[in-house]
Amino acid sequence: MGETHSLEERFQAYVDAENKIEPKDWMPEKYRKTLIRQISQHAHSEVVGMLPEANWITRAPSLRSKLILLAKVQDEAGHGLYLYSAAETLGADRQDLVEDLLSGKAKYSSIFNYPTISWADMGAVGWLVDGAAIANQVMLCRTSYGPYSRAMVRICKEESFHQRQGYETMMKLASGTPEQKAMAQDALNRWWWPSIMMFGPRDEDSPNSAQSMKWKIKRKSNDELRQEFIDKTVPQAEFIGLTIPDPDLKWNEETGHYDFGEINWDEFYQVIKGNGPCNKQRLDARNKAHDEGAWVREAANAYAEKEAKRRKEGTAA
Amino acid sequence: MSDKSNWKIWEVFVRSKNGLSHKHAGSLHAPDAEMALKNARDVYTRRSEGVSIWVVESEAITASSPDEKEPLFTPSDDKVYRHPTFYEIPDEVGHM
Repeated sequence: MGETHSLEERFQAYVDAENKIEPKDWMPEKYRKTLIRQISQHAHSEVVGMLPEANWITRAPSLRSKLILLAKVQDEAGHGLYLYSAAETLGADRQDLVEDLLSGKAKYSSIFNYPTISWADMGAVGWLVDGAAIANQVMLCRTSYGPYSRAMVRICKEESFHQRQGYETMMKLASGTPEQKAMAQDALNRWWWPSIMMFGPRDEDSPNSAQSMKWKIKRKSNDELRQEFIDKTVPQAEFIGLTIPDPDLKWNEETGHYDFGEINWDEFYQVIKGNGPCNKQRLDARNKAHDEGAWVREAANAYAEKEAKRRKEGTAA
Repeated sequence: MSDKSNWKIWEVFVRSKNGLSHKHAGSLHAPDAEMALKNARDVYTRRSEGVSIWVVESEAITASSPDEKEPLFTPSDDKVYRHPTFYEIPDEVGHM
């Protein structure tokens, strides 16, 4: 008992001194578990995040926008892979993680349970959803676990293109015909609130946050990140002449931040529980893709075995 | 034939340009070395990050243990005479 205590104390002191923890270093079991849960949820979010956008690849309005969307979706797949790899350095098994996603046991970001019903949603998702994700991920570049931090650095570099292309799409629509501008406004209306919910529950309702902050897995609280995002995004909306759908939103001279209206937490928890507009559709699509890709995995195995055999025979001859 | 039993983990090293060493980029799963290379190209070099890729089976890497950190690395801490700044050379001698 005393031994464990001192190991944990040493671990905390090491983290407090801004050292990174690497895979083979001793770590409290709860630190490992928290990270596996967080990193794998993050990976699942990247993977499921491909679905709402894939919806628009065949319907992109130009070849340019189609190429961009394809590149973005490919990036999301890559980001999922970086993150699964980081989770594996903690002893998690890739296959188990994937199975937990497919069975519905694992969580992913609730934002992807909302539908993308118009082309403007591609703009709003890039600008707001990727923007919110970046706020969180920039913080995570400094997380205490080395492999997670390195994956985040790589992801942040790539993600910035996602947000910029989204904003560009919104900018174009907002300066287009009245119908196009209405489309952009409609997308903002639907995506604003779910986007600011992405930062998670209010600090007082987020029981695990304190420990994660203490271990420096997280560096900023949900509310801090949310406020930062809102402060950054409001002027961007104003710049392209769109209105944030929150009547209570106003600049607070005293705090130097925007005050904003009450978030519908009931909706937040409903979507987490699986009652969002697309929860079932997303999981079904993910399972279908996995099942229909089985032959590819089998073919790759068969090819690897055949090649190995051929090489062996070649050496023997 | 589950992919669990067949697909090994590979560590990926990328040389960003000639003249620099390969550097660890991350890892991935693949059934053999050839496909590991192809996957590495898609996963780790989508933005011209490299001119050359190495893939190595993770299992093939022997790593020192964090517990050995002290015996392995501290002995060099007290050998300050291995550093050039240990020696006092008059300024008049110029850069050496």
